[in-house]
Amino acid sequence: MSGLTRADVAHVARLARLHLTESELDLFTGQLAQVLDHAADMRSLDLAGVEPTAHPFGLVNVVRDDVVRPSLDHDVVLAMAPDAQDGRFAVPRIMGDAP
Amino acid sequence: MTSASDWEMVVGLEVHTELRTATKMFCGCANIFGAEPNTNVCPVCLGLPGSLPVLNARAVDLAMAIGVALHCTIKASTFHRKNYFYPDMPKDYQISQYDLPINANGFLDLSDGTRVSIERAHLEEDTGKSTHLGGGGRIHGADRSLVDYNRSGVPLVEIVSGPDIRSAAQARRYASELRAVLIATGASDGRMEEGSMRIDANVSVRRSGEDFGTRCEIKNLNSLRSLYHAIEFESRRQVALIEGGGVVRQETRHWDENVGATSTMRVKEEAEDYRYFREPDLVDLNPDDAWRARVVAGLGPMPAERRAALLELFVSPTPAQRDAVDAVIDLGLERYVHAASRAGVDAMMALSRVANELAGVDDVSRLTVDAFTETLAMESRGELSATQAKTVLADLLAGAGDARSAAAARGFEQLTGDSLKETVASLIESNPDEWSRYRDGDDKLAQFFVGLVMRETRGRANGRAVVSELEARR
Amino acid sequence: MSAIDIANRVRQGERTAQSILDDSLRAIDERNGDLNVFLHIDERGARAAAELVDERVGRGEDPGRLAGVPVALKDNLCQFGVPTTCSSRILDGWRPPYTATVIDRIVAAGAVPVGKTNLDEFAMGSSTETSAFGPTRNPLDPSRVPGGSSGGSAASVAAGMTPLALGSDTGGSIRQPAALCGIVGVKPTYGMVSRYGLIAFASSLDQIGPFAVDVADAALLLEVIAGHDPMDSTSLPEPAPNLLAHLDDGVGGRRVGLVRELLDGADSAIVAAVERASSVLADAGATVIELSIPELRLGLSAYYLIAPAEASSNLARYDGVRYGLRVDGDDVAAMNEATRTAGFGAEVKRRIMLGTYALSAGYYDEYYGQALKVRTQMIGAFRRTYQAVDCLIGATTPSVAFPFGSKTNDPMAMYLSDVFTIPTNLAGEAALSVPFGRGEADLPIGVQLLGPGRSEPLLFAAARVLEREERAS
Repeated sequence: MSGLTRADVAHVARLARLHLTESELDLFTGQLAQVLDHAADMRSLDLAGVEPTAHPFGLVNVVRDDVVRPSLDHDVVLAMAPDAQDGRFAVPRIMGDAP
Repeated sequence: MTSASDWEMVVGLEVHTELRTATKMFCGCANIFGAEPNTNVCPVCLGLPGSLPVLNARAVDLAMAIGVALHCTIKASTFHRKNYFYPDMPKDYQISQYDLPINANGFLDLSDGTRVSIERAHLEEDTGKSTHLGGGGRIHGADRSLVDYNRSGVPLVEIVSGPDIRSAAQARRYASELRAVLIATGASDGRMEEGSMRIDANVSVRRSGEDFGTRCEIKNLNSLRSLYHAIEFESRRQVALIEGGGVVRQETRHWDENVGATSTMRVKEEAEDYRYFREPDLVDLNPDDAWRARVVAGLGPMPAERRAALLELFVSPTPAQRDAVDAVIDLGLERYVHAASRAGVDAMMALSRVANELAGVDDVSRLTVDAFTETLAMESRGELSATQAKTVLADLLAGAGDARSAAAARGFEQLTGDSLKETVASLIESNPDEWSRYRDGDDKLAQFFVGLVMRETRGRANGRAVVSELEARR
Repeated sequence: MSAIDIANRVRQGERTAQSILDDSLRAIDERNGDLNVFLHIDERGARAAAELVDERVGRGEDPGRLAGVPVALKDNLCQFGVPTTCSSRILDGWRPPYTATVIDRIVAAGAVPVGKTNLDEFAMGSSTETSAFGPTRNPLDPSRVPGGSSGGSAASVAAGMTPLALGSDTGGSIRQPAALCGIVGVKPTYGMVSRYGLIAFASSLDQIGPFAVDVADAALLLEVIAGHDPMDSTSLPEPAPNLLAHLDDGVGGRRVGLVRELLDGADSAIVAAVERASSVLADAGATVIELSIPELRLGLSAYYLIAPAEASSNLARYDGVRYGLRVDGDDVAAMNEATRTAGFGAEVKRRIMLGTYALSAGYYDEYYGQALKVRTQMIGAFRRTYQAVDCLIGATTPSVAFPFGSKTNDPMAMYLSDVFTIPTNLAGEAALSVPFGRGEADLPIGVQLLGPGRSEPLLFAAARVLEREERAS
């Protein structure tokens, strides 16, 4: 069994910036535990020494030349913004510093 | 009772340098400082849904150049996503290198003989920039923030030193030498005031012989001065704390330049969980030998080597001369000194002119090495006074061709030959008393005649030439 | 009329693109209200595109291989100025300032994009029921789902609204709805089609592909959209494959593996259809070998950790700062949370949390790390298999189209409907679904053909053999 707890789900919801009601917390804990339990087949395998594959093909060194291309029109950019001021995207106060 | 002298500080630095590419790390937007907000942005660097990154080859070149200059091993590397929410980071993850950085295990030698190890120098993307409204522009107490994404996606190399630094002065020396190396590789313009080089300092203290203490990280030091004072303050704070029976908490601290103190920004126990994983939108990077060779071939000698070569021109350099040498190397202007010295000009004079007259100039490209050498040669031959030579150099830097025409344009053509002789003769004639006293051995009167000649010629004569003419007639 | 017929007639001046478009818009108008296929019909843009095609024909120019062909676009493909929602409230009202490479390519070939089709929110689902804008109904039986996540695109083709549609396939999102709607759907080799402008679900698995009524039309659309794109670092460095030229190559001398794991738990009618398809291929000269690839059983577990992990990161950017929905909060973190909580539906939240958990400190090795190793095992198993056979055959889905609501309260049951399609995505290989036979309630069955990377010419040729047989019977 995965041993997934309500506290675990509350923690990942916080990390993912999602708010869950108490009943959602119960529901999701059960549903996520079900998926993780299904993964027991995979977790029980001894795959020590197997290289992980993050990507299906081994392409390497895909780069582009350092040549300037047109940027987006400033008005088009700001037209998307839910809130803007002085040519910038506006947000409510930031409580913490960047890591 | 222990005394403060038993304590030793242990410092490691993380230096972020923006790379001097034409475009950003993963898109074709221009990488320039100071543009109107949100004008150098596109779907990729705004993190718009559906956009994908493509790596800038030049950013890789420059990262490798840094690696070579810092004696790192250049390796096959990968990109990861570092996940955290922050409004100046458009995708809410940063593309960075994690367990497999492009450069690892290098070192940088300091002029005091210390070798500081370089753990890694990896590629990552910069974030946008927030401006805070209200609260005096500081993030704390602000009501609202405004975000400009022009800097978002600008290529960075983060250079992580080992915990090998033992004093604030040494930290400053390391940062200064690293800056010189970054400039020499062409990777960075080294402009700390524009944020193109930013430093985080990890500081801990221990009693001699003990294990490393708990470290605090001071973020975003943006001048060598701040670096020095912040480390000084922080190490003293930690010593005082421990001696007072306290315990250092692992935390991130902010340096307040105005107050001259560090303060808690964030306590580490809030456990950041960045959920690093391989960036699936990018493929592995594994520069082949030909690519590496191309980068190595494009690199000139590093500052330490260049400094040594320049110092060879001086028999026993004074501290002031050493400082001037450091300054000239930092500016990358030693070619002027070498050329002038080869042409027979006194190296000290050339060094001093470069350190003083060229130092504050943004773009010296209009002053050719030949024009510089010729100006100083004219000065040596007495055809230009020191003041005139400086004026000529300034004119040349501003865009006037060769030394001779520049001097002529200023009317600095020296009174020579017959016209100088005539002027001296007529002044001797109109000042017979002074002349006879001079002939009788009163050498001080030479200056009297030089002054007269200068007034008469409005400074176009050379003092030494006047004196030799006087001597000849004595 | 097939897309190939339409393009031929338009190119020869026998039909105008505008009259073809009128037919398409009429078909949409008749049934979209009931079926909820299109979230946005771009009539103005479509008319302009059709007019341009007709003008070019009028000037004696060739507008391209898709001249005048109406194409439906899954609403996770960005098109300049056209609302693009991913069927999520969080993107409500967003109009992309740029266009996906695939859309540029079909337009350059003379196609007429008519609008954006419904999908499971952010392509997370297998029935189109997780769309924030209501489910799409299966045109063959409106009480049943069309499959998903590309349910709208599949339904558009199945309902005759457009002869072609584009979808995206992360774990079966093209093949499964194609099977449930009785049409052809292709998941191309990873990297064959540019993902630039496809709103990411799981980047290492996502691939854009075609829906069509027949194999030839699907081949044509894939030829147009495939080929290297410098805007996508994972794009294969090669031109589009030659599919139409090899369509009638047949399967003579080919070795086909009938995979036990790709039938496990499927309806008996589906098992029978796959077995019959195998014998059709054998009759056409192929050698059919029954085989087992046990690693495929682990696909579902690995997929439901890898895809959510990537998704949790890909969907972080929907934070209310730059575009789309914003719900106010006292500070920026509260605003992010309020926006995401209001903007995402339950299935998306479920997968974001699952993925966040799989990547988080202390669980990475156990879940995400282990899943990546399973992926390695799966790729190795396929590789070994393809030393013995040229391609594989199996079912696309365990069942035919299922009724609405039958799996919505049980995520695991819904996830199991992808069990046969997921392994191809994990391996980055090629697969397609072709209609073959009928099952429960006379609903269509999809037979899946799978092959190694770049095996599309063979898969299309084999599908063509099955299609011929199906049409003859």
